[in-house]
Amino acid sequence: MRKARIHITYKNGVLDPEGQTVMQSLSSLGFQGIEDVRIGKFIEIDISSVDNSKKIAEDIKRMCEELLVNLVIENYEIELD
Amino acid sequence: MGFAVIVFPGSNCDHDCFHAICNLLEKPVRYIWHGDTSIEKNEIVIIPGGFSYGDYLRAGAIAKTSPIMKSIKKHANEGRPVIGICNGFQILAESDLLPGTLIRNSSLKFICKNIWIRCESSHSIFTNKMKNKEVLKMPIAHGEGNFFCKKNILEDLEYNQQIIFRYSDSSGSIVKSANPNGSLKNIAGISNKEGNVLGLMPHPERACESILGGKDGLKIFSSALSYSTS
Repeated sequence: MRKARIHITYKNGVLDPEGQTVMQSLSSLGFQGIEDVRIGKFIEIDISSVDNSKKIAEDIKRMCEELLVNLVIENYEIELD
Repeated sequence: MGFAVIVFPGSNCDHDCFHAICNLLEKPVRYIWHGDTSIEKNEIVIIPGGFSYGDYLRAGAIAKTSPIMKSIKKHANEGRPVIGICNGFQILAESDLLPGTLIRNSSLKFICKNIWIRCESSHSIFTNKMKNKEVLKMPIAHGEGNFFCKKNILEDLEYNQQIIFRYSDSSGSIVKSANPNGSLKNIAGISNKEGNVLGLMPHPERACESILGGKDGLKIFSSALSYSTS
């Protein structure tokens, strides 16, 4: 079994109102020095495959670009165990 | 010549669209389940609002993988009219049938109220029954209607006259205070470059009879019909 972990975050410059609101809430709790908060998604995919790592990595990249990520506003990073 | 309303799991404006076309515009209309694949060549496709697939992953993201979407892409690529309303707009953007995307409202709130939009040109497939710069009243009801795209895409939209509707005040002025959700350039609706695919966040199907506060929405459907029958 292989496991892919995908981190999806907003691109720089894309408004993240949820992140901004959480930042304000953290400040109102008294935490100081918070410069920015960005909220993203974390997806884990378990794969039972006999394919080599290169093929699996290519498939995961396609999954990201065809469905999991909106490339207009999001970036992604893949970790493959 | 008639309309086809696509039904996804979680669509909730499909009956409103059907009612508007059948009982108010008095034209033929049928439902198409998202698992089907056949669209008649002379049909005007409406992708209605709602929460297809519960907005899982992103609004419209899962719906784009439904079987009907291949047929809708073919229909659109053949130059036939497709209208996406609210979640339908989000689905069209996710499917790359329209540029850009709809992100969370800048206020973070779900907004449900009547607003004004200005038709930017009466020459489009969807506005030919309107006057140039006509101001229309219809409701919005969305949490993610904040239109966003890259700067070069925005320039293309303006250059190619793909911005079909902008949020305005009641006199037609495009002002920040009339922008309910933070959309770039007060954009409420855009078309593809060819002009046959329209996406808009406001709900024309909820503004088709006096008892609901106005009939401005009918003009969008009757414009598409007029184009298709000409």
